[in-house]
Amino acid sequence: MAHETVDEMTQSALAEPSPEQIRARRLYREMGLCDEEYERICTILAREPNHVETGVFSVMWSEHCSYKSSKRVLRLLSSAGHPRVLQGPGENAGVIDIGDGLGLAFKMESHNHPSAIEPFQGAATGVGGIIRDVFTMGARPIALLNSLRFGPLDSERNRYLFGHAVAGIAAYGNCVGIPTLGGEVVFDPAYTHNPLVNAMCVGLMRQGRIARGVASGVGNPLLLVGAKTGRDGIHGATFASVEDPHSRERSAVQVGDPFMEKLLLEACLELLDADVVVGIQDLGAAGLTSSSAEMASRAGSGVEIDVALVPCREADMSAYEIMLSESQERMLVVARRGREEEAQAVFTKWGLDAVVVGRVTDEKTLRILRAGALAAEMAVTALVDEAPLYDRPAARPAYLDDPQMMSADALPDSHNLAADLLDLLARPTVASKAWVYRQYDSMVRAATALRPGGDAAVVALPSLDCGFQRGVAMTTDGNGRYVYLDPRTGGMHAVAEAARNLTCSGARPLAVTDCLNFGNPEKAGVFYQFVESVTGIAEACRALDVPVVSGNVSFYNETNGEDIFPTPIIGMVGVADNLDHLTTIALKESGNMLALLGAAAETLGGSEYAALRGGRPLGPTPPIDLDLEARTQLVCREAIQAGWVRAAHDVSDGGLAVTLSEMCITGDLGADLTWEIEGRADLALFGEGGPRIVVEAREADLAALERSARERNVPFITLGRVSEQKTLSIQLEQAQRPETLELSAPIVALREPWEEAIPWAMR
Amino acid sequence: MRFAVVVFPGSNCDEDAAHAITRVLGAPVDLVWHQTASLHGYDVVIIPGGFAYGDYLRAGAIARFSPVMTAVAEHAAAGKPVLGICNGFQILTEAGLLPGTLLANDSLQFRCEIVTARVETTATAFTCAYQEGQVIRLPIAHGQGAYYADDVTLAELRRHDQIVFRYADENPNGSADNIAGIVNRQRNVLGMMPHPERAVHELLGSTDGAPLFTSLLRSWERQATHGA
Repeated sequence: MAHETVDEMTQSALAEPSPEQIRARRLYREMGLCDEEYERICTILAREPNHVETGVFSVMWSEHCSYKSSKRVLRLLSSAGHPRVLQGPGENAGVIDIGDGLGLAFKMESHNHPSAIEPFQGAATGVGGIIRDVFTMGARPIALLNSLRFGPLDSERNRYLFGHAVAGIAAYGNCVGIPTLGGEVVFDPAYTHNPLVNAMCVGLMRQGRIARGVASGVGNPLLLVGAKTGRDGIHGATFASVEDPHSRERSAVQVGDPFMEKLLLEACLELLDADVVVGIQDLGAAGLTSSSAEMASRAGSGVEIDVALVPCREADMSAYEIMLSESQERMLVVARRGREEEAQAVFTKWGLDAVVVGRVTDEKTLRILRAGALAAEMAVTALVDEAPLYDRPAARPAYLDDPQMMSADALPDSHNLAADLLDLLARPTVASKAWVYRQYDSMVRAATALRPGGDAAVVALPSLDCGFQRGVAMTTDGNGRYVYLDPRTGGMHAVAEAARNLTCSGARPLAVTDCLNFGNPEKAGVFYQFVESVTGIAEACRALDVPVVSGNVSFYNETNGEDIFPTPIIGMVGVADNLDHLTTIALKESGNMLALLGAAAETLGGSEYAALRGGRPLGPTPPIDLDLEARTQLVCREAIQAGWVRAAHDVSDGGLAVTLSEMCITGDLGADLTWEIEGRADLALFGEGGPRIVVEAREADLAALERSARERNVPFITLGRVSEQKTLSIQLEQAQRPETLELSAPIVALREPWEEAIPWAMR
Repeated sequence: MRFAVVVFPGSNCDEDAAHAITRVLGAPVDLVWHQTASLHGYDVVIIPGGFAYGDYLRAGAIARFSPVMTAVAEHAAAGKPVLGICNGFQILTEAGLLPGTLLANDSLQFRCEIVTARVETTATAFTCAYQEGQVIRLPIAHGQGAYYADDVTLAELRRHDQIVFRYADENPNGSADNIAGIVNRQRNVLGMMPHPERAVHELLGSTDGAPLFTSLLRSWERQATHGA
């Protein structure tokens, strides 16, 4: 069999199809171009593209690189002119001003398609790519987060995907030495065939040293740095833009080397300090092709690359393969002319290849040579700016108006509130994620002030006296079921919940990165979900004053015609100005009071409880009042700053009863609670939505907290007391009826399903 | 008193160790590149955590061939303290400066959390500021932390009071005899899986790592006094 492989390799290097064969046999289709796009390329070039050029156009015009379906919609998220934004969308990562001359660079990106095929490497290389995006900006990465979606754990395949994706994330982040501070995991049949793996990285920098991906200065050398180029990942960008990755080969999945990444990270930051760099960009999707074209595009210049100079892992790689390879852990650096040797000295110290492979030109073309002979030449604008832009048709899908789908509030009343609570706590989506985050090094860099397991994670910033001052808070949130059942409102919820999580931790929300995971945008119903949810996200970001500074779109998350839940994920960062104000979800002291800030639940729709009882998602998604959301969060933040809040936890998946359970379990204390409800008991306990936050306060501080809420017209209910009896005891007094409904469960009984659900499933 | 923290390609707790020394002791500390051939002028050498050479082949298996390891061995032979934390412990066993080896955790998963450990002996330069039997809280973060040695070696370790830390409650990795850290027979080379440098500030969840650094200062001062 070995000689066959050699034959194939020789063939791929030597016997490339001619331009005529590409047209006649429509070979461009295999690369992901449609007939109209191919004709457009012929018009732009005024000739037929050769094999290399066809490949280059196909990746540059892929959905993944060109955003051809989403670009027009994404303009809704513009953060232009926001005073906090130092770098908005369009660069490798966004950057915001956090004061004291510091900037925060951050971005989130999907690696869904590779993770569906090879979960360990798919997830690992997703982490690697997002780390490079951040240190490319000149920032020192200080934290990683992720957002994961898988099918239910009762399937062996789903357990394999979930377990290996988590292990891949751990293996990469742990080795590079960046703390992974958590994120979120949701399990739903909607993700069985298309799991989602979104990774986020946050970096810290001095504001003056933002590096950019520009190829400017005619004659400046292009250095290719880091790992050697191999045949892995060719056409990964195209592959991420097609339906059903399972029909493709695993060879389109890249393999990660976190050790190489660590060396690259240290070398690049050292290089940026030495001021020999004009521009720097990582080689991500579409490898050398997109990095060089994008760098030239941003600078309005051209580049010339000789592929014969590229260090390769394998012999006989063609120009096509070298330009399209997605081998990981590589960077393209434009150095100041005459200072190549200084740059190379830094890389040599770290044991890395740094080879001049080309130069900046003033010809505004991407020219590819092979040992001096012309292999391909295309105008940079044709690749980057003239990619087709589609106005995809959007139409409201019929299911949104199906009364059966929107029937959560017609579910019969709960027979047994305590049993339902235990069932909810045992749902892997609701249960403790310790099985996941215990595999992540969350404490490396010795600055983690709030570890995974709470509402948000916080990294402390060092102070001059070797202590700490201020904290950077971060979270990822999104609820695909809410978005599926009401795309616009669901988009708003994602932003509101992320901000609420930061608020509960004691931080001010500052800015957003998004990762927009959707099905096939060529379907009008899917595109409607996309447009509507982006509209909702934009509206919520304005209402809560959190600009979007970076993001990523992942389409074609569909298999056999079935699309995932539309799942926009919001990554949000904030700042805690005073580390004394960091607040956790764990109850602190018996005798303290518990109160609920914010409006009562209005519907069972969208809830985990309705999905549990109904066996499928049931709407409607809870409505959202963004003005009340902003006021509620303000009251919570001010109360934390006033020192009144001992613990805080927002109400999300599973409703108020789950929130209270988690506070009891993590604090190992009970609660004795009585309040009056209108309507159903299960709605009060398990309904979701509404900007609701449970706060623990000393009795002496409760009146001030209540006054503050009333002044801002935020609903306030005193729930009861923290008790040293390790039981969660809830009595619900019904407005119109004499009888009181009760739910009582020992904390140990709540803890077991919550802590063990995922370990049991994975055993 | 001057500290050296060795930096291998792939070390990632080097700066944390240096910060901890600055924070706890205010003592001078240098990050020393692994190509360095001499550690002359340093009183304490720390081999930090991380993934030296990516842990490729086997944790510590490549790092032990770095030029600096000859100097580390000389430093140890001179009776001066060497502290290996996590990956540093793995490197010290690979280099033969400590007996035994570190196997993959019995869960076969990386594990990061704060665990409890018992200080089994205070008769070392690293633990003299603790109380014997004191239970302390320290973070762990490793995939290969299960200490293993044959029965003869384990008996030797016990007989010579070389087991410095044992996991106090749950054993997080399946190590032999619940071992979390050991010293060599001369008591000047300590290897430990938990991270004392991550437990030196209230904000980080524990300050129980600080006495380890204080111990080093105290024993150095005592020796300086005796020497004078």
